Amino acid sequence: MTNAWTDIKNTDLVVIMGGNAAEAHPCGFKWVTEAKATRGAKLIVVDPRYNRSAAVADFYAPIRQGSDIAFLMGLINYCISHDKVQWDYVKPFTNATFVVREGYAYQDGLFTGYDESKRDYVRDTWEYEIGPDGYAVVDETLQNPRCVWNLLKEHVAIYMPDMVERICGTPKDAFLKVAEMVGECSTPTKTMTSMYALGWTQHSKGAQNIRGMAMLQLILGNIGVRGGGMNALRGHSNIQGLTDLGLMSNLIPGYLNIPTQKEPDFTTYMSTRAFKPLRPNQTSYWQNYRKFFVSFMKSMYGSAATKENDWAYSYLPKLDVASYDVLRVFEMMKQGKVNLYFCQGFNPLQAFPDKGKLAAGLAKLKMLVIMDPLQTETARFWEDHGTFNKVNPADIQTEVIQLPTTCFAEDEGSLVNSGRWLQWHWPGGSPPGEAKTDIWIMAQIHLRLKELYKKEGGTFPDPIVNLNWSYKDPGEPTPEELAREMNGSVLVDVFDPADPTKKVLEAGKQLSGFGQMRDDGTTAGGCWIFSGCWTEAGNMMARRDNSDPGDAGMFLKWSFAWPANRRILYNRASCDLDGKPWDPSRKLIEWDGTKWTGYDVPDIPPTAKPRDVGPFIMNPEGTSRLWVRKMMRDGPFPVHYEPFESPVANVIAPKVRGNPVARVFPDDWKTFADIGDPAYPYAGTSYRLTEHFHYWTKNNHVNSVLQPEQFVEISEELAKEKGIALGGWVRVWSKRGELYAKAVVTKRIKPMTIDGKTVHIVGVPIHWGFVGAARKGFTANTLTPFVGDANIETPEFKAFMVNIEPSTGPVVA
Amino acid sequence: MFPPIPNPSVASDAATPRFGEKDILRRSASEVTPPAQRLTEVAKLIDVSKCIGCKACQAACLEWNNLTEEIGFNHGVYTNPMDLTPDTFTLMRFTEWVNPETENLEWLIRKDGCMHCEDPGCLKACPAPGAIVQYSNGIVDFQHDNCIGCGYCIKGCPFNIPRISKVDHTAYKCTLCSDRVAVGQGPACQKACPTQAIVFGTKDEMKDWAELRITDLKSRGFANAGLYDPPGVGGTHVMYVLHHADTPSIYAGLPDNPRISPLVDAWKGVTKYVGLAVMGFAAAAGFLHYVVAGPNKVSEEDEENAERLADGTPPPAPPAGLQEGRTP
Repeated sequence: MTNAWTDIKNTDLVVIMGGNAAEAHPCGFKWVTEAKATRGAKLIVVDPRYNRSAAVADFYAPIRQGSDIAFLMGLINYCISHDKVQWDYVKPFTNATFVVREGYAYQDGLFTGYDESKRDYVRDTWEYEIGPDGYAVVDETLQNPRCVWNLLKEHVAIYMPDMVERICGTPKDAFLKVAEMVGECSTPTKTMTSMYALGWTQHSKGAQNIRGMAMLQLILGNIGVRGGGMNALRGHSNIQGLTDLGLMSNLIPGYLNIPTQKEPDFTTYMSTRAFKPLRPNQTSYWQNYRKFFVSFMKSMYGSAATKENDWAYSYLPKLDVASYDVLRVFEMMKQGKVNLYFCQGFNPLQAFPDKGKLAAGLAKLKMLVIMDPLQTETARFWEDHGTFNKVNPADIQTEVIQLPTTCFAEDEGSLVNSGRWLQWHWPGGSPPGEAKTDIWIMAQIHLRLKELYKKEGGTFPDPIVNLNWSYKDPGEPTPEELAREMNGSVLVDVFDPADPTKKVLEAGKQLSGFGQMRDDGTTAGGCWIFSGCWTEAGNMMARRDNSDPGDAGMFLKWSFAWPANRRILYNRASCDLDGKPWDPSRKLIEWDGTKWTGYDVPDIPPTAKPRDVGPFIMNPEGTSRLWVRKMMRDGPFPVHYEPFESPVANVIAPKVRGNPVARVFPDDWKTFADIGDPAYPYAGTSYRLTEHFHYWTKNNHVNSVLQPEQFVEISEELAKEKGIALGGWVRVWSKRGELYAKAVVTKRIKPMTIDGKTVHIVGVPIHWGFVGAARKGFTANTLTPFVGDANIETPEFKAFMVNIEPSTGPVVA
Repeated sequence: MFPPIPNPSVASDAATPRFGEKDILRRSASEVTPPAQRLTEVAKLIDVSKCIGCKACQAACLEWNNLTEEIGFNHGVYTNPMDLTPDTFTLMRFTEWVNPETENLEWLIRKDGCMHCEDPGCLKACPAPGAIVQYSNGIVDFQHDNCIGCGYCIKGCPFNIPRISKVDHTAYKCTLCSDRVAVGQGPACQKACPTQAIVFGTKDEMKDWAELRITDLKSRGFANAGLYDPPGVGGTHVMYVLHHADTPSIYAGLPDNPRISPLVDAWKGVTKYVGLAVMGFAAAAGFLHYVVAGPNKVSEEDEENAERLADGTPPPAPPAGLQEGRTP
C-alpha cells in the first residue's frame, strides 16, 4: 500500500478492481464502510463476478478476467479526452513532460526491440532524450510529439468504450458510468483509492495491470494524498514482511538486489547503481544504495566483511538466470535437477499451478523437508487419497521429513501489514507437542552445518562459517535480537569530520533510522527500510498509542511503519507546487515557509524548498512515471494481452499470444489450450472465500462448518445449457487436470459477449484439498496453467480455460 | 477516527453478574410480578446494507456458546448450514434478488436468529413453567432445566427460530448473549462483526443509529430504506436496517407483518383451566399439538429424512453408489 488501511476512511471513491476486499479482507474493509458512512464515499466494484464486495457497492460493472488493462487504458483515454486530468499535478509531478529518445515506438502490440526467439526485448531505446547538460529533456508545453504525455495519448487512443466492451465484455454504458465517477476525482478536492490484490497480480501481465491503475491515479492527482493511493491488499498477515525482507531468490532485504553473474565484483555491481539524478536538484534517494548494501553486509558477516574484501561481496551468490522463482524451481525439480527441497510455511502443491507437474517434481526429490504448524498436502503428496490424490506410494522414493513449527499465535515477533506497519505481537498460547519455533529449527540446522563445514571444509565454506551469529543463545536467537539486528546499530564510534572531538555515532548504540547508515563499515543493519523499528528508545513496533491528531487517520504512535514511520508514501505530492495542500480539509503535510510539517512524516527532506525538489524522491527524475523507461520487461506502457489460455484472439494485436515476453518452459506450451479451443470453451478463474484462509482453515472445525464442501460457481444460463442442477455434481477439467465439485448456480455470474462471442465463466474457489477437517476436495490448481507474470513470475491463476459437465460425483476408489 | 463501538451503555451489576429472578418481566406458564423498574431496554441492530456476509458473527456465536455444528455439505448456495439448528443460533441467509425497478441484481444477506420480541410468542406458547423468561431489558432467554422439549415455542414464534436438540430434547436459540450483556458486554456476534453491520446498545440508541443509516441509504437511492421493528410483536430487541423496508420478505422470508398465531392465544385460554392441574398437563399438551400441528402422521419418508438430518447427510441424496464425502 502507498497509504494505510486507516487512511481509506479519507476517500471519496473506492474502486475495487483486481480484488474482492469484502471477501478476502473483511476486517480492513471496515474502513470502506467507514468512508461510506461518514464521508458519503461511493464504492465501485469491477469484477467478473458480482461478489461480496459488490453486494455493498454503489455500482458494479462486470469484466472478463484477464482484460483489466483494456479497461484501465480505456479509463485513461476517457480522462484525457474529457479533460479529467489534474493538470497542476500531472505537469510537475509526473514525467508527462519528459521527451523520449528517437527510435522508441509501439506498434501492433509490440514495442521496439522485440526478439521473438528470446521472447524478450532489447530495451535500449526505451529511454529519455538526454540534453547537453546531462539531464533528461523536458517540454513544459507538452507540444513535443515525443513527450510522454503525447505518446500516452496515442497509446491509449485505441481503447475507446466500444473497444473496451468488445475486449472486456463490460457493457458500454456500465463502463462509461465508471469512467464518469472516476473522472470526478480529477479535482484537487476529490480523491479515489484503488484497492486491489491477487485479482491483478495473478496474471501473466500482473505488474502491468497495477501500473495501469497507478498511471490513472497519477493523472487524477491521487498519489500521495489522503484517501488516495495504490493499495495492494496483502493476502497473508506477513506477506508484506516477506517481500520487505527479500525472501526471493533475486533480492536482498529492503529491495536491494542479489548480484548476477554479469556482476562478478563489487565495482561492477555498484556501477549500475549510481542513480544519478535525471533532473537538477533531485534527491534520487537510491544514491544511498551503497550505504544500505554495506550495512547489510556488515550485519551478515560482521568482522569478516571488510573494505579490503569489498564487504565480502564474493560471499553472495551470483544469479545465472533472472531468478529462481517457484515456477523455475519446480520445472528444475521435474527435470530431476533438485535433490533437496526445504519447504518452510508453504504448501506449494496447492499454492502453485498445475498440480500434476508439481507432484511429478516432488516425486523426483531425494528429500523434502516440511516446516509447518499444520498438515499440508505437500507433506502428504506421496499418499494415495483415491481420486483426490491418485498416486502409488511405492513409486515415490522421496524421503519426507516433517518438522512441526509454532504458528503465529504461539510466538513473539512482528508482522508487517498491507500498510507497511510493523506490529509487534506476543504469544497467545503455548505450542502443542514437539512444535518448535522456525528460528530454533533454522538455528539448529545452521550450527550443525557450520560445524560440518569447519570440520570438513568444502568448495566454499566462507559464507557459512563466517556468518555473523552473535546471539546470546546461538541455538535459539530471540525475536528481539533479530529485530534489533534488522534495525541496525553502530559498530565503531564515528566523529564529525569538521570537528574530530565531536562524536556523531557511538559504538554499540541502535541506529535511529537508515539516515545514519554509512558505507564505510561503521554501521550494520539487516534491512534498511526497517531501520527505526527498534531504536535506543526501544521497540517502536510495540507502540499502542492510538491518538490521531487532526483526525487524519495517520496514527503515528501506533506501531512503526516503514520507511521512517511514514504512513503515506510520496506525501509531498499532497501539496501543490508551492507546498499548499490540494485540499485544506484533508491536510497531510505542508510547507510552513521554512520546513515541511503536518500529520505524517514528510516524504522529502524536511527543509527542501517546494519548487526545488520533486515529490518522488526515490526516482532520479524527481517525478513519478507514466512511462516507465526500460524498467519493466514487457513495455513502458501497459498493453492489453490476452491470457495464455483465452476464448478469443487478441483484438488489438491478433498475432500476439499471451504476454509476448512471459517465460514459458518448452514442455508447458503443449499443456495450454489453444486460443478459442472448442474443447475448453469456458473462461475459468480461481479465487478465495471469506469463510476460509488459503489452505489453513480447512483444518479448523468452525471454518469447515461455514463452508464445508468444494464448489464451483456458474451462471444460470450455463447451468441450463449443460443441464446442471443447483447443488448437483459437476466435473470441471482443463487441459491439465480435472476436479469434481458441487455447482453453485447463480445470478451473480452472467455470460459475457467478447468480440461477438458468448463466453461463460466458471468460478473455482481454492480452499479444499485432501487433508483437513472439511470435506475432502480437489486442489483447484489441478486446472491452472504453469506460467507467470513477465516481471515477477506470479502465476496466472485468474484466467484459464475449462470445460464442464454435470456429473455423478467423484468415483472414490 | 473510526469510532469504536463502546461496550454498551447497559449498566452491569458486578455483584450479580447474571440476570436473575429480580429482572424477570415474563415467565412462561407462570404469573410473575414484574419488577417495579425495568432495566434499560437493549437492542441489537443489524444493518443489512453494511453486511458483507463474512459469517464472522456465525463463527463467533459457535465459539462463544461452545457449540459444535456438524460439517455439512454444499447445497448450491453460500448459506451454511441450510437452516438454523440447535447448534446454529444465528445463520447468514443469502438471497439473489433482481430489483424490478432498476433490473439490477442485489445480493441480500441477512443474519437470521432470534428477534427477542417485546411480545414473545414462544414464551406465550410455552406450557412449561419457567422454560422461557423475558428479562426486563427485553432479552428472551430459554431455561433448559425447565424445558420439556414439546416444541410449542417453535409454533408460537412468528419467525420460526427455536430448534429442538436431539441430544437433550430441549429448545435452543440465540440468547442475545445474556451472559455477556449481564456483565456489560455486547453479544459475541456484534463484537466479531468487522464492518459494524451489527451494533448493540440501548434500544433508543439503536433507533437513533438506524436513523443515520437510513438517511445515508436514502441519499444513495434506496427510497424505501427503513427500520424493521415490527409492531405486530410489540417491537423487537433485534432490529434490522433494510434497504427495502417496504418488502421485508425479500430478505429470505423475513415476515412482512409478524404476529403471534391466534392459536397461541387460544392455548393461553386453555392454560387458565389446566394451569394448576399437573395431571392434565400431558393431555393438554397433546391437544395443543393437535390444534397447532394437526394429527401426527409420520411417513416413512419423514423418518428417513429425519435420520439423514441426524446423520448430517443431506436430502436429497446424490445418485446411488456415489455417496459424498466417503473416504477411500
